[in-house]
Order: sequence, then C-alpha cells, then structure tokens
Amino acid sequence: MAATLDQLFVQLLHGMTAPLPEAIRPWVALAISLGAILAVFGLCFGITTVCERKAIARMQNRLGPNRVGPYGFLQFAADGIKTLTKEDIVPRTADQVVHFLAPLALLVPVVLTFLVLPFGRNMTAMDLEVGLLFFFAAGASTELAVFMAGWSSRNKYSLLGAMRAIAQMLSYELPFILSTIGVVMITGALSTTKIVEAQAAAPGEWLARWHVFTPWGLAAFLLFLIAAFAESNRSPFDLPEGESEIVAGYFIEYSGFKFALFFMAEYLGMFSSSGMAVTLFLGGWTAPFAFLDWVPSWMWFFGKLGVLIALFIWVRGTTPRLRMDQLMDFAWKFMLPLALIILPTAAIWHYAGRGWLGWLVTAPIVVGAYVLLGRSLVGRRRIRQRSYRYAAT
Amino acid sequence: MSPIFYFLAMLTLGGAVAAMSLRNPVHCALSLVVTFVGLAGVYLGLGAHFLGLSQVLVYVGAVAILLVFVLLLTRGSGKDEFDERPDRWWPALGVGGGLGGVLIAVVLAQPGLALRTAPPELPTVRALGESLMTDFVLPLQVVGVLLTAALIGAAVLALSDRRRTPQDSGPVTSREEGETRR
Amino acid sequence: MLGIGLIKGLAETGRNFVGSYLDPDRLVTVEYPEERLPVKENFRQFPFLVFDGEKADIGLRCVACQICEKECPPQCIYIEKSKDKKPDHLGKPQFYPAVFDIDISVCMSCQICVEVCPFDAIKMDQQFELSTADRFRGLLLTRDRLAKPNSHFQAIHPRDAAEIDMRRVDERAKAEAKAKADAEAKAKQATAAAPGATKAVASTPKPAAAPANEGAIS
Repeated sequence: MAATLDQLFVQLLHGMTAPLPEAIRPWVALAISLGAILAVFGLCFGITTVCERKAIARMQNRLGPNRVGPYGFLQFAADGIKTLTKEDIVPRTADQVVHFLAPLALLVPVVLTFLVLPFGRNMTAMDLEVGLLFFFAAGASTELAVFMAGWSSRNKYSLLGAMRAIAQMLSYELPFILSTIGVVMITGALSTTKIVEAQAAAPGEWLARWHVFTPWGLAAFLLFLIAAFAESNRSPFDLPEGESEIVAGYFIEYSGFKFALFFMAEYLGMFSSSGMAVTLFLGGWTAPFAFLDWVPSWMWFFGKLGVLIALFIWVRGTTPRLRMDQLMDFAWKFMLPLALIILPTAAIWHYAGRGWLGWLVTAPIVVGAYVLLGRSLVGRRRIRQRSYRYAAT
Repeated sequence: MSPIFYFLAMLTLGGAVAAMSLRNPVHCALSLVVTFVGLAGVYLGLGAHFLGLSQVLVYVGAVAILLVFVLLLTRGSGKDEFDERPDRWWPALGVGGGLGGVLIAVVLAQPGLALRTAPPELPTVRALGESLMTDFVLPLQVVGVLLTAALIGAAVLALSDRRRTPQDSGPVTSREEGETRR
Repeated sequence: MLGIGLIKGLAETGRNFVGSYLDPDRLVTVEYPEERLPVKENFRQFPFLVFDGEKADIGLRCVACQICEKECPPQCIYIEKSKDKKPDHLGKPQFYPAVFDIDISVCMSCQICVEVCPFDAIKMDQQFELSTADRFRGLLLTRDRLAKPNSHFQAIHPRDAAEIDMRRVDERAKAEAKAKADAEAKAKQATAAAPGATKAVASTPKPAAAPANEGAIS
C-alpha cells in the first residue's frame, strides 16, 4: 500500500505514455511532467500568496484577507481574474518587442528549473547527469530577462531597478553556486537524484544522512538559503523593487497579465530555490528517521518545501530592507569568504569521516569563520559624510 | 541531423545575422544571446551536457550581462543607434575575416573531424573533472591566475580612481562611483 | 554576533503571529461594513436641509433666502425661489425653495453654508457612504434627497440640536405670546370701539398695536 502510494504518480505517467510509440515517449512524458509541474506549482503560487498575506498580517496583528471564500482563501482566484481581465498597457516609447518578450524570458527558465528537481522517488522530470548545473544555468538566464524588462520600458525607475536586480543577482550568484560545491564534492555527483539518494539513511542507521546535519552542511545550507532569498528578490533583499525609491523596479511599466507573469516568476523562483535547498541539504524526498520511511516520498518533499516557504514568509514579515552597501558587503565580505572556507571544510569532513573526529575538526572551523567574518560586518562602522559630485550641496 | 538540429542551427545563424545587422546595440546584444542559446542547444544535442549548460551559465548568465552593462555605461546617453561610419568597414572586415580564417584553419587542422555516424563514448562529468585536475592542471591554473590578475587589476583601477579624485576636485565633490559601478 | 538580531526579530514576529490567534485583543482591525466605530459628533460630510414635523414639503426650514448659495466658495448650491409663500413655524408667510440642489462632487465640506444660514435650515450631515454608479445624477442631491427630519439632526448633533430647538421653542413662544397679545389688543380695541363704526377700527390699527407690542416684549 505504502509503495503504491509512493509511486502513484510515476505509475500514472507510465500508464499514460505506455501506448505511445517508443520514439516520442520520453518527449510526451516530459511534456506531461511539465504540465503537471505548472499546474501544481501554479496552484501553490496562488495558495502561497494568500497564506503569505494572512501570515504577515497576523505577524503585524492584523486580520489579513478574509472576504473571498472561506477564511479568504479564494482571494488568489479573485486576484487572478482581476489581473487577467485588466488592460494591458505598453508605454508608447517602450521597445515593443523586448517589452513583450521579457516576461516570457523570465518565466521560461524559471519553469525549466523545476525539471531537475526530484519531487519523490523516481519523480524527476528530467534526470540529467548534470542536473545541478542545469538548475544554475536556467537560473542565471533570468538576469537577462530582468534587464530586458527594465531597459525596454524606457523608464528610469525600471532601469534603476533592473540595474539593482542584476548587481544583486550577480553578487549572490557566487555564494549561491559555491555553497553547493561542498555537496557535489561529498556526493561526487551533479545529478540531483544521486545527491538525494546519497542522503538517505544507511541500512541500520536511525538518522538520515542529510547534509544539513553536518557542520559544513549547516553553514552551506544557510548560505544557500540566504542567497536564494537574494536571487528571488525577496525581503530583506527586495531593493530592486523598493517602493519608496523606485516605485516597483524593473516591472513598473507592466500591467495586467504580464505583471502577473512577473509576480508568478518571482514566486516560482522562490519555490525552485527552496526545492533545490531541500534536495541538496534537507535530503530531498528521504525521511529524516528510518522508521518514517513508510510515508510517501513526495509528501516529504512537499512538506519540507512548505517549511522553507513558511520560513521565507516569516523572514519577509520580520526584516526591513537592506541598504545597497550593506547588501554588497554581505555578499562579498561575508558570504563569499565563508563559502570558500566551507569548501576545504567539506573536504576535511570527507576524509575525517562522519564520527566524532569530523565534528571535532570541522565544527570549530565553521563556527570560528562565522564569528570572525560576522564581526567584520557588525558594529564599529565608520560613516563618512556623504558628498555628491553633481548635485548641489 | 534531426529537425531539432535544423531549428537550432537557424536560431544560431539567425541570431548572429541579427546581431550584425540590427541598428540598436542592445538589440544586437540580445540577438547575440539567442546565438549563445542556440549554440548551447547544439552542444546539448551532441550529448555534451556539461559544455552546453556551462555555455548557458557563462555566456547567457554572465557575458551577455557584461555586454549590456558595457553598452549602457560606456555609450553617450540618448543615442540608441550606432553611428554609421561607412569608411571603417574594411579594417573591420580584415580583422573579422582574419580571425575567422584562423579559427577555421585550426578546426580543419584537427585530426578526426570527419563526420562520425556514431558518437564515441561520451565522457562523464567525473571524467572531465579528473582530466582537468590531472592532465590539464597547469593550463587550468594559468587560466585561473590570468582571471585573478584581471580581477585584481579591475579592483586597483576602481580604487585608484576613487582615491585620486577627492584631491582633484576638493572635499565637496568626492565621488563614490567606484562602488556603484562594480 | 551576527544573526542574533535576526533571531530576536523572528521571535518577536513569531510571538505576534501566535498571539494574534490566542488573544483577540491584539487585533485592532475594525471590520468596517459589519463593525463600525461611533462617529465623532464634530464629524461632518456634506450639508443637508432640516425640516420640522413629519412632512418635508411642509416643514422645511429653508426660506430660499439664497445666502448660502452666494457664500458657497465652490458654488455647488443652486436654489430657485418659489412663486408662492407658505407659513413658517412662526406662522409668518415665507418663500420656500422650489429647487434646492447641492452638487456633492463639487462641495468641499467647508460648512460655510451652515455658518451663514440665519434659519438653522442647513446643517452638516454625517452620511459618508455616498458611492454611486451614476456620477452625474447620483452626486447631485436634490431637495427631496437633501431634506431630513429634525430628529436626524438631533441624533447626529445632539448638543447643537438641543440648543437650536430651545431657541426655536422660545421664538415660537414669543411669537405666540405676541400673537395672543395682538389678538387681545385687537379684541379690546374692538370692544372699546364697539359702538363706533367699523370703519374707524380698520383705519387706525397702528396706534393700537404699538402699546400691545411693547407689552409683549417687556
């Protein structure tokens, strides 16, 4: 029974593609998987927006949306219908073609990143040998879409927003990728499926071998998560859409359905980054304890994903926006060195083993690096008087 | 030689032609990105997954961004079109043709370029990494040193610019542009 | 150490999140259409016309003097005087507004019309749910829509209304006393001049009325 439930969707896909000829079967399977991913995460997107609004409202002692449907949970449907039926306004001076292509160029790579995520046992839509690289390649393509949106609108705020977004994404791309290298070193594979399988509990062990349970893995997980916050332009890294300064950033000149596409791409990016964090550090679809193996694997994945999304929302409800120099300092002076320190630490862990020796050697390195690098950021900051070259003083 | 290959080839060549013929430099850069993507698709079609995805990661994710940044930061503001300079076409043709000739000659000089019907055993990422770290470790290190030197050079240029200007223009108009341009 | 501030902040928002479910006092939201905060007495929105009694077309206090129309800064009031006259609350015949329109899309709620009205006929309303689908007719309040009973005024401005009502009762009492005195004086004169011709009574009403008037005032 448990095994049937576990492989429910895999069997379903097999059943749907079995009558087809051999040549087109993988392509059809891929198309069906893509459709399923879009449907599931599209729904997740809608529900997350409502939950986010309600949760943040509660954090601020407000009620949140409670009008549409039971407890306001159909608010996303109302919002969706509203944006779909809204007039699509394109500025007269905008670069029409690029302006039209930008939302698509943003959404397509983001959706592609889901193809390599293992949602459950045998549930990777495209099990590439270089799955991790595929994820980063697709993720990196979104920067260009952001530039296209900002530049084609012919609006100085949108261009400023695009510049901010690109500077931020480029800066955090580095720790984003570097923090995963440790995992690749330990598991010796770029395939997401193999990375998950390497984290399953070994026979006889009660605790799974999740990478987050190791000193370097915990640090790398936190770095990855922070970089994921920045990559998806979420608070506290939402400078590109700083309302008080540049109105809405790079998608200021978009309305109606195109705006909804940007919004959706942001949330899907958050989902895919969280899914990758789950895959790399939280053991993907594996159970944390061996005796919980009977729970279907995809439930584990989506449960962990939900926890991370809740964390995203919680942080958004808590933190104010960073300043630009703080943002850059954090990326280059804290995250990048720490990510570089984690690499040899992971190597040491690999040779010292999982026992007490590994902990004894690697834990002080990680904690020490964290404390020392953190001290360089906090306090004793010399603030000079700001001077301007072109503005009148 | 599947339809997919022809589609990718059209994408690559079309992007390249557009990159040369469009008047708006940002459009040219974006067309070049289409070429990069098409090329990556060709690599993927050949089974070179690592190469193809690295192509996307590096060229689409970084080089294209660098291109558009350079275009936006170096050109005079307000001008979207290239200045037409018909008298400069022949040195451009010379340089381009020369570089193309060298590349074509190098490729043709390689042994075993004759079209194979069945691809050889594809190297895994592990094999690629091992050969990079054993046989080709020296070239790898040299490239690394080169890139580091370029990075340090850029930092030095930015810093010297920042250090010098306050004295030139007085305390009121010191600049912080070095930070924002990074 | 780095990160402690973040953890403190997360703890605070977490406490709010849980607390807002456990302790309803934390939620300050007033769910407007169902729940309403009481409106302050001094709150004002747009003017309305006060009428006494039950029927608006009889009891309207406005005498179409058009002072408010002239004083209105954005000129949102339009009044047409009636041809005939109706008795007011003192029994005196007065004009009444045949047309009294206020364009509340123009009105700026300055209350000057209320300040200048010598008859306490126009007052500020507290009705604020005025959204309408018809932006021309819906926002042009005619006399019938403007007219509201004095009880409404008493409800929204109890202090002002009490004061005005008292004054009007006084005026009315005085007027009645005067009318009575007039009638008495007339009757007295009539009895005194009873033997004389009725022609004399009709020709000399003035000297007879003057002392009676003084008596009513004192």
